[in-house]
Amino acid sequence: MSDATVQNQDTPHAHDDAEPEIAALPLDAWHRARGARMVPFAGYHMPIQYDGIIAEHLWTRSSAGLFDVSHMGQLLLSGEGVDQALEALLPGDMQALGVGRLRYSLLLNEEGGILDDLMVTRRADDFYMVVNGATKYDDIGHLREHLADDITLNHLDDQALLALQGPKAVDALARIQPAVAQLYFMEASAFELAGVPAWISRSGYTGEDGFEISVAAEHAARIADLLCDQPEVKPIGLGARDSLRLEAGLPLYGHDLDETTTPMAADLGFALSKRRREQGGFMGADRVLGEWPAGAPLRRVGLLVDGRQPVREGATVVDAGGRDIGRVTSGGFSPSLERPIAMAYVPAGLAAAGTPITLSQRGRAFAATVAPMPFVPTRYHRKGAAK
Amino acid sequence: MTRYFTKDHEWIDVDGDTATVGITDYAQGQLGDVVFVEVPAPGAQVKAGGEAAVVESVKAASDVYSPVSGEVTEGNAALADQPDLVNSAPEGEGWFFKLRLADPAELGGLMDADAYQAFIASL
Repeated sequence: MSDATVQNQDTPHAHDDAEPEIAALPLDAWHRARGARMVPFAGYHMPIQYDGIIAEHLWTRSSAGLFDVSHMGQLLLSGEGVDQALEALLPGDMQALGVGRLRYSLLLNEEGGILDDLMVTRRADDFYMVVNGATKYDDIGHLREHLADDITLNHLDDQALLALQGPKAVDALARIQPAVAQLYFMEASAFELAGVPAWISRSGYTGEDGFEISVAAEHAARIADLLCDQPEVKPIGLGARDSLRLEAGLPLYGHDLDETTTPMAADLGFALSKRRREQGGFMGADRVLGEWPAGAPLRRVGLLVDGRQPVREGATVVDAGGRDIGRVTSGGFSPSLERPIAMAYVPAGLAAAGTPITLSQRGRAFAATVAPMPFVPTRYHRKGAAK
Repeated sequence: MTRYFTKDHEWIDVDGDTATVGITDYAQGQLGDVVFVEVPAPGAQVKAGGEAAVVESVKAASDVYSPVSGEVTEGNAALADQPDLVNSAPEGEGWFFKLRLADPAELGGLMDADAYQAFIASL
């Protein structure tokens, strides 16, 4: 038996030249003590699974899962005019972002290619940004190179980041700190958890309601223990995080997004605010706005794959003559739907929901259908939404 | 009946000139949740060390090699509906295929249970 195609979940991304050898994160011993299988990912030893990916996935969808995402980059940007400075690089409306509000945005290169996707929050005196682990050093270099000298960038590399995700996440976290229940989706604030200062946002990357919790590394194990002491909460590995985000239709950098993809190709047009579309003025704007509103020639879509065999990253989209016309960028087995699902880039003419698509993997053809994303309904705690 | 093992984590139970092939408990533990298995059809010719089946977990696809050469007499049809038998009973109900040995001498290159235990302990 040997691995034929290993999804890149457990291999480092391509941008890690500047990173150290495989390092240990603050909760390394905590994960091992709880029976996690550790694998190298983004330059760190990371927990890929505890009990098994399907059980962990379904637990998160029905209760609450605790994920360690401390490999991600936490940055603070401050200085006079920092919102306008960020707008030179990001296509989102930073000036209109209220204090304590998060926005999904993109770092773009001059050609409109995506260098990273990120979450940015305006705080009282600065912007707090969470970027991908595999790209964080490149991101920091890019930001330092292009932001004016009077903008200060701090890499919070002594902060751990925990994600508590699932429909019961609020029950578990509010038992420790009742005030978190007042946050809506994409809102954040400073709190204390058992006396530990914590920056908490109501966000995540699983499609569920939940929170991301930034605490000093020295307190991370104590907070993780406190959360896992709640009956709703179990620790969950990165394997289930990947299947959850795939079901939620959320792209993963290094797989569904990279420097060759543009925001319109990646179906991330929502990250371009109306004012920024009209005014431009961000890196890559010529290409990006040129693709608005007609769209890019290749588009990211969701696929429901017939049968039970997963079609994975690296498989191709083929036309009736067998020619490659697109590519699968994420694919796997959906534990919630009990069938294979995938994300792929397909020609614009094939991007409508319901379009039949043929995939080729290891010399075999697979039938699939373009499907709306998310594959599984999201349950974000939105302001004004019906309960 | 004698059981042999390969370095690729297949097992083979040999009874006269027929044999049953599967993957080991160690292998299923490494794979995690199995969601799909493709087994060879009766009549297929397999070679020692050649690809004979595919097993897919949530995370990855892996080839399963035949420990010996021969003609497949049966694929485990139960795996189509219950691929997780590979996790729950890897060295029993979760077998992959049966075959008729082409060359029993090939068994000499395989490990016995003690040698296999020592091998996985060294990994």
